[in-house]
Amino acid sequence: MGLLARATLSELQDLAQPLPLDITVLREPEVGLVLVRGRIGGDGQPFNVGEATVTRAAVRLGGGEVGYGHVLGRAPERARLGAIVDALWQAPDHRPRIESGLLAIDQRLAAEADVKRRQVAATRVDFFTMVRGE
Amino acid sequence: MIAQGFADPVLSGQKTFRALMDAMARPGSIQIIDGIKTAPEALGPTMSAVALSLVDHETTIHLDRRLGDDADVRAFLAFHTSAPRTSECANADFALVSDGLAMPDLAAFKAGTNAYPDRSTTLLIGISGFHSGRRYILSGPGIDGIATVSLDGARADLAEQLSANRQLFPCGVDIIFCAAGEIMALPRSTRISEA
Repeated sequence: MGLLARATLSELQDLAQPLPLDITVLREPEVGLVLVRGRIGGDGQPFNVGEATVTRAAVRLGGGEVGYGHVLGRAPERARLGAIVDALWQAPDHRPRIESGLLAIDQRLAAEADVKRRQVAATRVDFFTMVRGE
Repeated sequence: MIAQGFADPVLSGQKTFRALMDAMARPGSIQIIDGIKTAPEALGPTMSAVALSLVDHETTIHLDRRLGDDADVRAFLAFHTSAPRTSECANADFALVSDGLAMPDLAAFKAGTNAYPDRSTTLLIGISGFHSGRRYILSGPGIDGIATVSLDGARADLAEQLSANRQLFPCGVDIIFCAAGEIMALPRSTRISEA
């Protein structure tokens, strides 16, 4: 689901093709807020960072597979397609194709994260404390 | 398998809620409900619509044995309401009873306290219909004089049960009877006797 949440609209559109005909929409895409919690301090005390907009959807396929889509922001179509792909993954006939598609998304995300890491590393500064000579 | 909920979650939910308010305000009146046609069979379209309008993640629900044993009903309610389930009648905010003849004693449910009479159980009880069966005379708030109603498929000692419940006022349980496409409410304020 993490991968589906990060997938772009066109990636999801490709994965959901050919669109299954027997989709029952259990939950139309709906936009809401979730509380984002983080940890702070040396002992990892939980604290509330703030609220984030999410879109969620749920569908059921003819075989009874229920798929859920959750994406950050207002993105009804991505949530809907994400739910369909999630359901398709559970259907044995579709799983290999979905798996390979997810792998491609995973690789794209890893490559992007790598680029970002390099960009950050290039501007890295090491701080150290100087002892005052007194 | 999870069944579909309201076709239009906002509008259908509001419409059902409006019917529920009218039913509570006018005890003994029959209100029409657009049921959820795709609902699990054991729960039925009408009780499903009422349950989805009232129940949410902050309310605990109690299911009778027939509903609790039905995986479709459990999945349906869990998905659409996120309500925690309790096996104890006395802890439930809402109790779903599929068969009025097998209704537990009303004293088994939460009646609230004098300080918080709202912390009581609301029962949704499935019965066969409101157009035949045993006749009762109602009076009390929301009723002009008296009202005569028929309940088909309710417990034989219903009037006794409800009279005992009336004695607890302001505490006590509220009841919403659900039949095919129709509901009727008997809040705790209503006095009842057999006709």
